[in-house]
Amino acid sequence: MIESSLSQMGAALRAKKISSVELTQLYLDRMAKLNPELNAYITIRPEASLAQAKAADARIAAGTAEALTGIPFGQKDIFCAKDWLTTCGSKMLHNFVSPYDAHVISQFNNAGAVNLGKTNMDEFAMGSSNETSHYGIVKNPWDKARVPGGSSGGTASAIAARLCAAATGTDTGGSIRQPAALCGISGLKPTYGVVSRYGMIAFASSLDQAGPMGRNAEDLALMLNTMAGFDERDSTSLQREKEDYARDLNKPLNGLRIGIPKEFFAEGLGSDVAKAVEAAIAEYKKLGAVIVDISLPNTRLSIPVYYVLAPAEASSNLSRFDGVRYGYRAPEYTDLADMYEKSRAQGFGAEVQRRIMIGTYVLSHGYYDAYYLQAQKIRRLIAQDFVEAYKHCDVIMGPTSPSTAFKLGEKGDDPVQMYLSDIYTIAVNLAGLPGMSIPCGFGDNDMPVGLQIIGNYFDEARMLNVAHQYQLATDWHSRAPQGI
Amino acid sequence: MTWEIVIGLEVHTQLSTNTKIFSGASTAFGAEPNTQADAVSLALPGVLPVLNKGAVERAIKFGLATGAHIAPRSVFARKNYFYPDLPKGYQISQFDLPVVGQGSLTIQVEPLSGNAKPYEKTVRITRAHLEEDAGKSVHGESQGVTGVDLNRAGTPLLEIVSEPDMCSAAEAVAYAKALHTLVRWIGICDGNMQEGSFRCDVNVSVRKPGQPLGTRREIKNLNSFKFMQQAIDYEVQWQIDTIENGGKVQQATILFNPDTGETRAMRSKEDAHDYRYFPDPDLLPLEISEEWKEQVRATLPELPQAKQARYVSLLGLSAYDASILTSSREMADFFETVLAAVPNDAKMCANWIMGEVNAQLNRDGLDMSQSPITAQQLGGILKRIADNTISNSGAKEVFRTMWAEGGDADAIIEAKGLKQVSDSGAIEAIVDGVMAANAEKVAEYRSGKDKLFGFFVGAAMKASQGKANPAQLNEVLKKKLAG
Repeated sequence: MIESSLSQMGAALRAKKISSVELTQLYLDRMAKLNPELNAYITIRPEASLAQAKAADARIAAGTAEALTGIPFGQKDIFCAKDWLTTCGSKMLHNFVSPYDAHVISQFNNAGAVNLGKTNMDEFAMGSSNETSHYGIVKNPWDKARVPGGSSGGTASAIAARLCAAATGTDTGGSIRQPAALCGISGLKPTYGVVSRYGMIAFASSLDQAGPMGRNAEDLALMLNTMAGFDERDSTSLQREKEDYARDLNKPLNGLRIGIPKEFFAEGLGSDVAKAVEAAIAEYKKLGAVIVDISLPNTRLSIPVYYVLAPAEASSNLSRFDGVRYGYRAPEYTDLADMYEKSRAQGFGAEVQRRIMIGTYVLSHGYYDAYYLQAQKIRRLIAQDFVEAYKHCDVIMGPTSPSTAFKLGEKGDDPVQMYLSDIYTIAVNLAGLPGMSIPCGFGDNDMPVGLQIIGNYFDEARMLNVAHQYQLATDWHSRAPQGI
Repeated sequence: MTWEIVIGLEVHTQLSTNTKIFSGASTAFGAEPNTQADAVSLALPGVLPVLNKGAVERAIKFGLATGAHIAPRSVFARKNYFYPDLPKGYQISQFDLPVVGQGSLTIQVEPLSGNAKPYEKTVRITRAHLEEDAGKSVHGESQGVTGVDLNRAGTPLLEIVSEPDMCSAAEAVAYAKALHTLVRWIGICDGNMQEGSFRCDVNVSVRKPGQPLGTRREIKNLNSFKFMQQAIDYEVQWQIDTIENGGKVQQATILFNPDTGETRAMRSKEDAHDYRYFPDPDLLPLEISEEWKEQVRATLPELPQAKQARYVSLLGLSAYDASILTSSREMADFFETVLAAVPNDAKMCANWIMGEVNAQLNRDGLDMSQSPITAQQLGGILKRIADNTISNSGAKEVFRTMWAEGGDADAIIEAKGLKQVSDSGAIEAIVDGVMAANAEKVAEYRSGKDKLFGFFVGAAMKASQGKANPAQLNEVLKKKLAG
């Protein structure tokens, strides 16, 4: 059952071949066995999950089940979920039990899905290896000496280890796609504004976007159908017609124009990754696609631009964590300023503090124009590159990450090396475009390689079609790590 | 040598929306602490702001009422600083792109001293922008602990910034009062200064004529016009003394202490925050279409200045009367309702409202909205003066009775027998009787002692028991005494 697609699982549940309680218990048992080592979940509440499963079974019995009713999902711990500890991977929120549901959580709840637990993540989604979590590092099920990627590393690890049917992620600079690539699973970051950010703890508001992660494109389409949609509580949520993201899954790819940006295959790309990605592109040619050489000249600036804008927004977004109303407060302090300083110095980890300092600096009087404004201008140039490119192609493809999963601790003391692992993903967030990663083979050390598919605005259905057709022709996505 | 005073105002008006500027929580004043603090007011992780359209409409109204440019596109920015009453660690405000651009307000200034005459002045308004209020720190509820009440956090404010166009405390107070009248007039703010709905920050500097602007100090949070005047007077003198004694004024934020009548520095420029303003990525730029602007314009009442001009040109009132009658919307509405009863007697309406009505209201400590006599009732009295049913003194008696006991003018006139005699036959008979009884005095009058006319008026009025129409009585007396 755990290798079934979501639609197969849903069908089995509705046909009463298995109950949601049984399916949920199956995953809870696996989690009890495997999570202590992988550390993919921060919070597990079997009684709460089983209560939801029971309610789902009642709904199935009543004949009002929907596509996802009764299916157990993991939820990234960045989403506020009522009565659940919601930590965002930080000591700062070690005691924060949310009084309300994020939009994404209520969408899953309304669909009758089961919440299996809150998945681990880099602290406040800042990291590419899941090593900044206050709740411990997460291990990659393909090689437990290696990172799962980040920041949605708990979600990616849990899916690869079959500790949930699928799970949610969020992506500010690659946090869905990079861990999906490193753990050999599929993940989609939608167009900015497609999924409401309400109740999703903000890192960089203008870049943050929630999306589905799972074992295949078909599953992602079903999840996105549940997650997407206008929400008046998020002013950046887009008012659009509801669409069925699975509608084009089975379209043939004849004549599809795939843009290959030369900048994605330049210096810094691991040769093993390049080989797997090139093989995937060759496979697409067999499926009838046409390859178009394109250029995204400003992509090289995306990391510096990102590391001005994202920390700037983060420095302000994280100001609310001050020890006054909720969350961590230093046990001892002399006065108000001391309480702020100690609570924040003790409550935030090193990477979060580093970004708060960078962000505070670039917004300071006298530096704003040189950093923040300049970065905003380049951001527009980066977006313009894509507008230009889409005049010549339908989707853009390349590697998701320059290397496969690296060793735990390998890049821990070199933040710039760590930042470079998002070099192919960040431009997509800066432009607000949808991007996804699907498994396309294995590199050195037998670690998974991800193929990145970047679509035009609101072209998620086409991207899912492109991914699905590849997954019909290949089996990389159905490989599972050994020993799980 | 004389000094020139330069004053500019920043006024925070609390907009009269039922809910907060970025959430659905109530803005009602005086609730138990934190009972009106929803997830957004508390800045829980993950919550987002959603702009209240009602707050925007009030800002548009203000802009239209001051002839200002309404920005088709304005931007909300975050002003970052830490304070326990600021739950997000930033205030959402507007910085370089405010919703309301340059406008102006014409004020009537009544100089505070000397024989100087009232005059008119136009004060330029630099800008007005939308922002959210902070909560309140509550000190001293329990020992050594400061509480935080976030009921007020997120209450919509319109900050109205003037140019430094005022050059006396009188002008500053006149401007603040005119603004206070205007925001209540157009219904965007309840103007309750005790509850903090209208708070003034006053920037004051002094200079020698022809010199560049002096260094300013900002008096924060004045919540009464009296304090404003006292604070400015004290501050101006302090600055002049400081400079004349060889000192220098340092830029500072200061507070006025009403108990001592003095100002004192709260923080200097060196302590100034770097607020790190940047556009709020959670909110889209605020776009105001021509259509929306015109919809709001259609809801604007006639403005005080337009009314004043109309009262002077069409009703023949003095500029002074017109300005008093438009000092509040209630006053103007009252006046216009009274006027409807006696459309040709605007001056009489004005006199009665500014005289009898105001005097009684003052005596009883009431304001216009609490007047025991409605405008319709007063109109009923004035109508009877106009049609000669009662005399002016009779009308005053009706007014007094009505104030104390209520009732309708005609009923009171009837009950008190105040109807005046306007029947010319009856008046002639009275005059004849008085003349017959005072034949000697008639002779004296006719021989040139005109002063006796008053005696005959008094006697005849007495004979009529005060009910004779005075004008008619005069006329008949004159005619008959002339022989």
